[in-house]
Amino acid sequence: MNPRITLATAARILRQLRTDHRTIAMMLVVPCVLIGLLAWIFDGTPVFDRIGAALLGVFPFVVMFIVTSVATLRERTSGTLERLLTTPLGKGDFMLGYALAFGAMAVVQALAATGFAVWVCDLDIAGPAWLLVVVAVLDALLGTALGLLVSGFASTEFQAVQFMPALVLPQFLLCGLLVARESLPSVLSAISDVLPLSYAVDAMRTIATDPEPLGEVASDIGIIAGAIVLALALGSLTLRRRTP
Amino acid sequence: MANSAAGTGAGTDAVLVEHLRVVRGGRDVLPDLSVRVPVGQVVGLLGPSGGGKSTLMRAVVGVQQVESGTVTVLGESAGSPALRHRVGYVTQSPSVYADLTVRQNLGYFARVLGAPADSVDRCIDAVDLRSHADSLVGRLSGGQRSRVSLAAALVGDPELLVLDEPTVGLDPVLRRDLWDLFRRLAHDEGRTLLVSSHVMDEATRCDRLLLLRDGEILSDSTLPELLDRTGAPDAEQAFLALVDEATSAGGRP
Repeated sequence: MNPRITLATAARILRQLRTDHRTIAMMLVVPCVLIGLLAWIFDGTPVFDRIGAALLGVFPFVVMFIVTSVATLRERTSGTLERLLTTPLGKGDFMLGYALAFGAMAVVQALAATGFAVWVCDLDIAGPAWLLVVVAVLDALLGTALGLLVSGFASTEFQAVQFMPALVLPQFLLCGLLVARESLPSVLSAISDVLPLSYAVDAMRTIATDPEPLGEVASDIGIIAGAIVLALALGSLTLRRRTP
Repeated sequence: MANSAAGTGAGTDAVLVEHLRVVRGGRDVLPDLSVRVPVGQVVGLLGPSGGGKSTLMRAVVGVQQVESGTVTVLGESAGSPALRHRVGYVTQSPSVYADLTVRQNLGYFARVLGAPADSVDRCIDAVDLRSHADSLVGRLSGGQRSRVSLAAALVGDPELLVLDEPTVGLDPVLRRDLWDLFRRLAHDEGRTLLVSSHVMDEATRCDRLLLLRDGEILSDSTLPELLDRTGAPDAEQAFLALVDEATSAGGRP
């Protein structure tokens, strides 16, 4: 690995994104629209305050998962990945380049979505709003890391897109957003304990309800960060210099 | 653009393939292939598609899983980290980013390869794309895209260039210009080029010819030697004569 190559790769990915105005607009606007819609649906009830913060963690995860898995699949099918792997670029440069580029994009997305939720939709949070942004960025990175990992198992874009319902929706159902994780049947609760998105939602919940959330959120953040590193490491194993 | 040839020395082989066996999809694509590519020459790899040309090139750049045999490139084992600065590879379909401009593409590959910044403009000129330097690659024609892909390999100043069908789909003028460029890269700058083609008339532009069919080398010689041996008037007739010879000798049909 080489910092020059990692940064060049991240800059290249951001440059590619910049030519695609519609994708950038959708990455920033769609989470805000969905949060606004949710606030409107549950207008006058306490539901939005209960789940709004958690959704701020879910949206970046889902969006970055889809964008990354399609982007890396494109690198595989266009031959650019094979070419890069004949150059001094290391597998880690490629993985971290993507993580840095989409991480930067996630910061902007999280700022927009959190700002919109707190200032426009009057989302009540007890803890500091910056911590919401930090967790949202980590969730986005988690989505990116998992997207990189699964793109190694997809050979067409149709397959890559279907990994979304296959891998993301179960996490969404079990993360405690629909039914509190403690109330799930014991088998499902145990499964929920090993899914990284559960900790993202726990962290967001804590920030929303606890005025001093840092201590409790720190362990969730640690688990999410561990899952990111694990997914990136596993993902780099799917990058093979030699193929059949 | 010429730090080439140093370290390998004239008269040695840039590529040495010994008893290479490659199986793809349960089929022996290359059953037992031995071949050498001398330094500083343009070597044409000719033959029908499906004959194993791309597989051999992939083995030379070290992206092909091989069953057995050795591939030595510039004195190192093919695909070894030391070679990643020294070998340029251009795949059959252009492998560059369609959503970046020509200059942005080359700039990225230059930074990955640790090449100086001025190499970008030099390579844009070498493939004659100055007027399109700031166009998105996705908006270029197929021929222009393959030239961007070639330029992306040139920015790294490679000693060995492995080019898989670089002239396919190009008009005659461009094909001539590219072959002139290949010969300049080899004869003036000391690089070695392994260029595949299924267009037999490109044989006249190569220093040596490898005829590959069904994973076997039918001929490894210069064009005059080949014509002399077969008595054929051109490369295409010579190839057909060799196929007939191999078939009647009890080889594979």
